[in-house]
Amino acid sequence: MTDATLSFEEAMEKYDPVLGFEVHVELNTKTKMFSSAPNVFGDEPNTNVNEVDLGMPGVLPVVNRTAIESSIKIGLALNCKIAETCRFARKNYFYPDTPKNFQTSQYDEPIAYDGYLDVELSDGTIFRVEIERAHMEEDAGKLTHMGGATGRIQGADYSLVDYNRSGVPLVEIVTKPIEGAGSRAPELAKAYVAAVREIVKNLGVSDAKMERGNVRCDANVSLRPHGRERFGIRSETKNVNSLRAVEHAVRYEIQRHAAVLDSGEPIVQETRHWHEDTRTTTSGRPKSDADDYRYFPEPDLVPIVASREWVEELRATLPEPPAARRKRLQADWGYSDLEFRDVVNAGVMDEIEETIAAGATATVARKWWMGEIVGRAKNADVDPGQLGVAPATIVELNRMVEDGKINNKMATEVLDGVLAGEGTPAEIVAKRGLAVVSDDGPLLEAIDAALAAQPGVADKIRAGKLQAVGAIVGGVMKATRGQADAGRVKELILQRLGVEG
Amino acid sequence: MTENNELIRSSAAALAGKLAAREVSAVEVTQAHLDRIAAVDGKVHAFLHVNTDEALAVAAEVDAIRAAGGAAAEELHALAGVPIAVKDLIVTIGQPTTAGSKILEGWHSPYDATVIKRLRAAKMPILGKTNLDEFAMGSSTEHSAFGPTHNPWDLDRIPGGSGGGSAAAVAAFEAPLALGTDTGGSIRQPGAVTGTVGVKPTYGGVSRYGAIAMASSLDQIGPVSRTVLDSALLHQVIGGHDPHDSTSLPDPLEDLVAAASTGNVRGMKIGIIKELHGEGYQAGVENRFNESLELLKGAGAEIVEVSCPNFKYALGAYYLIMPSEASSNLAKFDGVRYGLRVLPEDGPMTIERVMGATRAAGFGDEVKRRIILGTYALSAGYYDAYYGSAQKVRTLIQRDFDAAFAKADVLISPTAPTTAFKLGEKLNDPLAMYLNDVATIPANMAGVPGLSLPGGLADEDGLPVGVQLLAPARQDARLYRVGAVLESLLEAQWGGPLLDKAPSLTDAAVSSHGGSH
Repeated sequence: MTDATLSFEEAMEKYDPVLGFEVHVELNTKTKMFSSAPNVFGDEPNTNVNEVDLGMPGVLPVVNRTAIESSIKIGLALNCKIAETCRFARKNYFYPDTPKNFQTSQYDEPIAYDGYLDVELSDGTIFRVEIERAHMEEDAGKLTHMGGATGRIQGADYSLVDYNRSGVPLVEIVTKPIEGAGSRAPELAKAYVAAVREIVKNLGVSDAKMERGNVRCDANVSLRPHGRERFGIRSETKNVNSLRAVEHAVRYEIQRHAAVLDSGEPIVQETRHWHEDTRTTTSGRPKSDADDYRYFPEPDLVPIVASREWVEELRATLPEPPAARRKRLQADWGYSDLEFRDVVNAGVMDEIEETIAAGATATVARKWWMGEIVGRAKNADVDPGQLGVAPATIVELNRMVEDGKINNKMATEVLDGVLAGEGTPAEIVAKRGLAVVSDDGPLLEAIDAALAAQPGVADKIRAGKLQAVGAIVGGVMKATRGQADAGRVKELILQRLGVEG
Repeated sequence: MTENNELIRSSAAALAGKLAAREVSAVEVTQAHLDRIAAVDGKVHAFLHVNTDEALAVAAEVDAIRAAGGAAAEELHALAGVPIAVKDLIVTIGQPTTAGSKILEGWHSPYDATVIKRLRAAKMPILGKTNLDEFAMGSSTEHSAFGPTHNPWDLDRIPGGSGGGSAAAVAAFEAPLALGTDTGGSIRQPGAVTGTVGVKPTYGGVSRYGAIAMASSLDQIGPVSRTVLDSALLHQVIGGHDPHDSTSLPDPLEDLVAAASTGNVRGMKIGIIKELHGEGYQAGVENRFNESLELLKGAGAEIVEVSCPNFKYALGAYYLIMPSEASSNLAKFDGVRYGLRVLPEDGPMTIERVMGATRAAGFGDEVKRRIILGTYALSAGYYDAYYGSAQKVRTLIQRDFDAAFAKADVLISPTAPTTAFKLGEKLNDPLAMYLNDVATIPANMAGVPGLSLPGGLADEDGLPVGVQLLAPARQDARLYRVGAVLESLLEAQWGGPLLDKAPSLTDAAVSSHGGSH
């Protein structure tokens, strides 16, 4: 069943959106939140576990000190207050992805609270998002439901459980309700999650790869008629796992809510599942504030005491904040304000930095990312960084062009070959026979043929109309199927006709 | 079998001496206890599993090291070769761990509890796993899914609980030492009703890693023995910091054996807790308690009276905190990863229904009662009134202790209000059952250490009475000091250990219904 939607413009005319985000950040600690098992992505299922992660009888948790430090750093980077003491709680619910049948999570005593993040929109506008809290918790295991039509537990024949992810440290960053974004709500959503991702990556506390679930976003959306103070009923779209999807999901939910409200029906308070293929959400389970997780303080853990000295020590280790970093990079690279904003909005600042670090100039890096890769990513509907272009590939392509081995047109063809998985640029050049023809013999034959074919043009050149040379060059390039170096061809034509270039 | 009889009636300290002097071998000592188990455990049912092969192998290893001499022999722990029984709530590699529940029947732990690692490091042969109320929930061991344990003093009576198996094993000379766990009195109350010694250390004094949790903030592993010195020796083996238990204290362990050997209480202030004797306590219990006070006074201690007015709320608060934590701790037993799995007989085969069918079939009534109670107490809208208020009571109890310890070095009370009652007598009256722990619960609520030692036999039924000593947190040494002195004064009066008066379980003349005392 497809839900009715209103056009975004009409929705905005009638309603004022209020947003809220819960962003889960997986920390890249060596070991898990409460056990000494390795915190590693993608291994053989159920290998990175010990008796604690499996919830064996008699086990006890021990808090990972590095995870606490990472959480404090995130809190500081989000301009939060850091609690002097805080505790973990148990969130009790029966589900097989949680081996103890409770999740150990902070509840009413988060380690960081009352912060804010200034988010820069595409036109340079700064929008302040208030942070309610950042709290620590453990990740659940991964369930794969087999045999059902929907991939959900309902209707599945059986389910596979992988506890490798069970106990991976998470920090959940929760915003206060975000009001006043208006029609820029979808853009703000994307920019906010991008900013959080940038912060945790910059801090080095997370691998921050959204495609691997290192950063996961739950987006809350509600609408209210313009001028009303009371919030509407919200939906929570779970696990929106790319920046583009965050933007799309918020836009879709706004349009869906508007249609429901227009029809006079109430919004159901529920979780929604995001579907990337259709760019729509479907109903998950009803969620109400009365969900009873029977929280109580985790009696197996002592309170965490963050002394002011410790917090200040950690503050002193914080890297340059992203905003300052952007300022520095723009100056280093010599981009204009507009150029730099385009780079940031296209989401390729990190990629350009890495490409420059790999040996390209700032101009070359921007040319490739903005000129070639961003467009291809858009066509492929992925974030540019996820397209699969390594900085080293760009450096290699550029060197081949500069050395005259291939021309720019060939280079873009080689890039497509790289993206198609045909091999390294050198291998593709060899395989496709793309090398620029630099032996003058075959070129001179082609030039003579072209001159003979267009005697009138040859005369014009002899008479000093040098711009006419282009027509002959074109003929030569056509005859050599583009493999000639156009500059060299022009030189040879002029030589042949005894004209000074 | 006089030789065997001598070995099984020896204290752990005496056995350690004989082993060190090579008067006996560890294999002989271990075999003597295995023989005793074979002879009497059919009547007592203290053990759920007997670990014959491993125990003898460890004993043989100790003997080989001693025979070879040299540094390895020098480095042997004093208790190396002294066998021990372990409450079946503590996980062990190589033996099943059931927690007294059908839901874990046949389960083998893939890891050892920290205390088990320490027993293994000391090379103490583990004789087997002892019976308990299911998940340590009870005061009589009648709630074990595998049948009750019988009190060696009278086989028709309860051995206390939840650690009735460990206490009965030690009282019946099946083991010189045992490990117990104490959440509201599960070491001390069985000690009282079986005429043995049991100690609940300061909370955090012994690692809980590998003890299947009932109530995390109250549980504590501790020693069970026939003498105060033996408990000190065992406490010294299992105590001390463990990085696997965040609630474990970082303090270095005190010299508890030295404390048990101090030999005087002159000048010590011993506080009688006004609220923990008198009304509701059996006359024979009260009489023996008063005699102990006289003996301590005679030895130069000053007896003072202290009041702990909030102790009257302890039982009520305990029955909110304990079930709340238990309801969460026992959630993991769902049939998904280990233990019993029961499929619903009809209807859809969903995960919730499999979990439900497993828990319905796997848990006994007392466990279900506490899970339901705890689930209710933690529910939204009730949390503040129940769990929240109970935590406030806990603070008040701690303050009562602080005030009392400002006046006295050690506090004293009867361990349990009555002597051992008949099997089945209180099984259908949970509230009467819960009252057995009224004197032991305050220590768990405050985290302070407590020791129970035999105080004599009650006049009216000839059954053992326990005397409880309580000390401030981290002052476990005081318990051993006072306990050892009181023990020696009492034994001088009795002309030997109290257990000499217990019926011989192998004597054909003693009927299985027990004798009149």
